[in-house]
Amino acid sequence: MSGPITVTDEANSLSHVHSAPDNAPRKSYTLATITFIYLLWSLVPVAIAVLFSFNSGRSRSVWQGFSLRWYIWDPEGSVLHNESLRSAVVHTLVLGVITTAIVVPLGVLFALALDRWRGRVPSGASFAVLLSFVVPEIALAIGLLFMITWLATPFELGTTAQVIGLITFQLSYPVVIVRARLLTIGTHYEEAARDLGASPLGAVRRVLLPMLYPAIFVSAILVFADVLDNFVLVRYLSANAASETTSMKIYNTARAAPTPALNAIATLILLASFAVVILGYLAYRKWGRGQGEEGTGLGSMAAM
Amino acid sequence: MRRSRLLWPVLGMPAIAWMAVFFLIPLYVVLCVAFGKVDPVFRSAIPVWNPLEWSFTQLAIVVDRLVGPDNFYLPPVLRTIAYVVIAVAACLLIAFPVAWFTARHAGSHKALVLTLLVAPFWISYMMRMLAWVNLLQNDGWVNKVISLNGLLPTEQAWLSGRPTTVILGLIYGYVPYMILPLFAALDRISPSLLEAARDLGAGGFDVFRRVILPMSIPGVAAGMLLVCLPMMGDYFTNDLLSGSPGTSMIGNLINNSITTPGQSGQAAALLLIVLVVLSVPMIWYTRSTARSEVRS
Repeated sequence: MSGPITVTDEANSLSHVHSAPDNAPRKSYTLATITFIYLLWSLVPVAIAVLFSFNSGRSRSVWQGFSLRWYIWDPEGSVLHNESLRSAVVHTLVLGVITTAIVVPLGVLFALALDRWRGRVPSGASFAVLLSFVVPEIALAIGLLFMITWLATPFELGTTAQVIGLITFQLSYPVVIVRARLLTIGTHYEEAARDLGASPLGAVRRVLLPMLYPAIFVSAILVFADVLDNFVLVRYLSANAASETTSMKIYNTARAAPTPALNAIATLILLASFAVVILGYLAYRKWGRGQGEEGTGLGSMAAM
Repeated sequence: MRRSRLLWPVLGMPAIAWMAVFFLIPLYVVLCVAFGKVDPVFRSAIPVWNPLEWSFTQLAIVVDRLVGPDNFYLPPVLRTIAYVVIAVAACLLIAFPVAWFTARHAGSHKALVLTLLVAPFWISYMMRMLAWVNLLQNDGWVNKVISLNGLLPTEQAWLSGRPTTVILGLIYGYVPYMILPLFAALDRISPSLLEAARDLGAGGFDVFRRVILPMSIPGVAAGMLLVCLPMMGDYFTNDLLSGSPGTSMIGNLINNSITTPGQSGQAAALLLIVLVVLSVPMIWYTRSTARSEVRS
């Protein structure tokens, strides 16, 4: 922190005291303009890409009228009728569901253990979680790829390998979020339950776990939305066209004169992601009220 | 009490086992390949599992390609450093006013602005790049706008190996990761502190330089790290927005070695070098996060 600001002119400081209302944040049009332009620059290109998924022609830059041609009508190129496009969307969603279903329980138990269990093993594991947070995704992806290539693992590249990689990569989300919540809960509810005769497991299951539901819910949303967007891991751990996800499809065909159907699958995944996040936000607001942790989801996301 | 002491290890074991098998072993395999041998006939990588037998053959190949007479790895490495420095600086320049506005001046629009700032996190990176591929095509909207819809003959081939496009793509892709931690740091500065600085005679710039800036350092550092680390391994931005070897980066070197048969040894060695260089900021970040967790 900087050194104290020296008082050079007492009169000057007094004059500031007298103009107290001036201290309220003043309107800053320059900053507002910069922010506005930034938001336009950040979001309008994506909005245009979404718009062109509804183009009735083949072009992705000349608007030829609104149509659902690239979603359902086109007999060959639409998401509905093109096997590889449809499978990319379905596979992305399948990966999201399976990964979330496994990683959230795994991470919640892990967070409970790390928070309450003292010793070398948990502190080492705690460090490993933080490490998995910062180790570049490409390192984990290549490591798993090599492991599957050179070690006699009971699974092959493809969906299984992708799910394993995603679980490993996503595990830190529920751990970090649930631990943050555990810190604010403290141990006294659990102790009270124990005093009233609950078994250790019973205290966790019937007292602690219900208090953790909002945090668990938020981490499930974050994991699901993040898996939909994953690219590096799923690409290295994929096997063939059947394990191609939407982001891989974009990578593979964006520069090869694609049709607006590519925009359409990207839009579908975008909608899935937004739907889950909005649903989560609404449920969280309803649920989390009164638990004194408004904005924890956003806060923990910002802290990442 | 004994049963309760047993409970936590039992709950934690599945995840600890998972991390050991699917996080630590893969990283170890990378080491075994990077320090492994080279097949004398096929020149492909042979992993060596015993650390006592590790050799530096693969690393020597990579070092030779970096600084040897035929140093075709060096230009992408230097390029990466240049691109990342420019992009991180630009991210900081964009993020600071935006984060400051959101934290301090957004007023009743704060929630809305914050939602819009978070929105890119829910849009896949590939889709955001695809959006720019669409706009930057030869007949795309960017060329239409700058040529005033065909009046001026200024059609540019933005997507054929231009460093500017790649750097702008990196900035566009990663700047949200800078804004949020910066916002979190700036939002924490109490308004009364700024008032106190003003009351004690500090001018607008003094307040910025001597109060806001020092207090934003943790956010700036976290943001720079969050932006910098993924850029170092990024190959897809380049592949989508340029595709030319003239703009390839370290990530492209690694990715090309992975996808070329027989080059995985070099990929592992390159990755190892990048990891070692990046481990300094990574460990610093992990430790400072752990510390601040203890403090709160």
